[in-house]
Amino acid sequence: MMGARDSIRPVGPVVIDIENITKDYVMGEEIVHALRGVSLRIHRNEYIAIMGPSGSGKSTLMNMVGCLDTPTSGRYGFNGRNVAEMDDDELAAIRNREIGFVFQTFNLLPRANTLRNVELPLIYAGIDPETRQERATQTLIDVGLGDRLHHKPNELSGGQRQRVAIARALVNRPSIILADEPTGNLDSKTGEEIMSLFEDLYRRGNTIILVTHEADIARHARRTVRLRDGLIESDDLMTVPELESMALT
Amino acid sequence: MKRFLYELSESWKIAVAQMRSNMTRSTLTALGVIIGIVAVTLMGTAIGGIQVGFDKSMAIFGDDVLYVGQWPWKNVDDWWNYRDRKKIKTEYADGLNRMIAMTPNSNLAIAIPTSSVYRSVKYMDSAVNNVLIRGTVSDYIITSTFDFKEGRFFNELESRGGANVCVIGYDVADALFPSASPIDKSVLINGQPFKVVGVISRQGSFLGLFSLDSIVVIPLPAFQKYFTAKSEAEILVKVKDKKKLADAKDELAGLMRHVRGLPPEKKDDFSINEQQALKSTLDPIKNSIAVAGLFITGLSLFVGAIGIMNITFVSVKERTKEIGTRKALGARRRTILLQFLIESTALCLLGGIIGLTFAFLMCFLIGVAFPSFPIHFSTELVLVSMLVSVLTGLISGFAPAWSASRLDPVTALRYE
Repeated sequence: MMGARDSIRPVGPVVIDIENITKDYVMGEEIVHALRGVSLRIHRNEYIAIMGPSGSGKSTLMNMVGCLDTPTSGRYGFNGRNVAEMDDDELAAIRNREIGFVFQTFNLLPRANTLRNVELPLIYAGIDPETRQERATQTLIDVGLGDRLHHKPNELSGGQRQRVAIARALVNRPSIILADEPTGNLDSKTGEEIMSLFEDLYRRGNTIILVTHEADIARHARRTVRLRDGLIESDDLMTVPELESMALT
Repeated sequence: MKRFLYELSESWKIAVAQMRSNMTRSTLTALGVIIGIVAVTLMGTAIGGIQVGFDKSMAIFGDDVLYVGQWPWKNVDDWWNYRDRKKIKTEYADGLNRMIAMTPNSNLAIAIPTSSVYRSVKYMDSAVNNVLIRGTVSDYIITSTFDFKEGRFFNELESRGGANVCVIGYDVADALFPSASPIDKSVLINGQPFKVVGVISRQGSFLGLFSLDSIVVIPLPAFQKYFTAKSEAEILVKVKDKKKLADAKDELAGLMRHVRGLPPEKKDDFSINEQQALKSTLDPIKNSIAVAGLFITGLSLFVGAIGIMNITFVSVKERTKEIGTRKALGARRRTILLQFLIESTALCLLGGIIGLTFAFLMCFLIGVAFPSFPIHFSTELVLVSMLVSVLTGLISGFAPAWSASRLDPVTALRYE
């Protein structure tokens, strides 16, 4: 019953290799140590949840992983390249091609229709209009929105909006999907639908990093990293009974 | 390169969508630019008109004619030195012509005596006051730039004999003979009848100051017979080659000294004037009008530009989160910069096009209402005002666009 995919130890190549990174912020007169030395290694096709109460450094870690920010010290290898030393434009290129963001508040462009929202990362990647449209359409069909291509975000339900956002995250075939509280603005039923979409994406070979403070949501992941006070408190792989119970549902 | 084009077209689409969704705001902001462009364009048109009118007025003097007179055509500080000069006499022309004929390779062609007074001209019950009555010879036509509406100039025979014939200007003909042809009719000048032989076609006015069409030209002997012979005279001298105007001027000065019998130690007691001298006197005035006018109207465009800058700052602020999202999806600094620059430029260009349309209509209406006002609406002006709009957009949009492009993605994403 347990294939290679479901084995507990991740076996794929390392995508994210964070080594002892720290991040300090200056808040007024004080220096806040948001991350105090975090090491984390994420392999291809892992499904990992990063958890922690607010102030734990969870968001800061997510910003680092998402290449939205660079660490104060430490090394961050992304597919073998050192992100910590990249400039703004190089980081933008990594975000564009390697990372698919899914936000709590969806962050769709309100005046653009579904198709144009999903095309946006492809525009920044310099892909020609025909390919763009083709790929965006296909990705939207994959997330179950093939019949909503020309709707504006305000004509869609919350769940549909998040699906658009997920399609947008997937369209450039990134190495990782980084979802920040993806169900935070959805009711629990819709939230479950979105989580099953992530499950589906994971089974199709995507690497998913989930940032959440909800244990119910984190339970979908195969690995859970807990942060406290800027340090990793625990890093648990799902146990075999847990996996088995999951396969039943 | 391709990628840049995609970004460009994307930015353009966003700009249009943005303008559409904020119709009122965009219109009000563009209004500043519209007013600025209308003001600048109208001023440009007026300056162009002044330029055209000026050149037209100058052309009347001819660029190959020297004018010998008592006074120079420029402002002088020591006017008393000129006041007591001996009067210029019409007879000098004969002396000059004799000497010109005797000089081999002379730069001068011919000297024409003229003498003028202002009188009323009457026909039947109508009269025109303050008409320039000019006495001259038949060769006057050589130095002149006018055409005939009908008839001809008086001939040499009439000129020498001092026949009572006259050539009248357009305004005079229009006032005295509103419906009939004036040819062969007799007008009264100083109570003397003069038969009209020609009508000069419309000349317009000199710099819009006085009409050049309120003139009557009669043979010099007749002029001297009926009007005061002492009236001020001016000798017109046509030069052979206008490229050698300076040489011609020197030669003429020599001849005039001879005619006047001036000993070598004495200074010239006459002035030789030319179109160029008048131009160099009037040019600075014209230029300062242009500079002052453009500066003042430029201020209104500046105010418009500040409006654009302001609204772009607001737009950046409002869409901070959107900027964050775009950055997360891979927009580079350049992309964001370009997006807001295009937005501000599109707004200015829109204002520019509307403003130009307004200006064009206003020019057209002014042209219809006041045909005499020199209107000059050129393609050049259209291109320049479009360029000015685009530049205004780029300059006023730069600061907000720059600040948007430098936003930290983390902060921008968190912005509510």
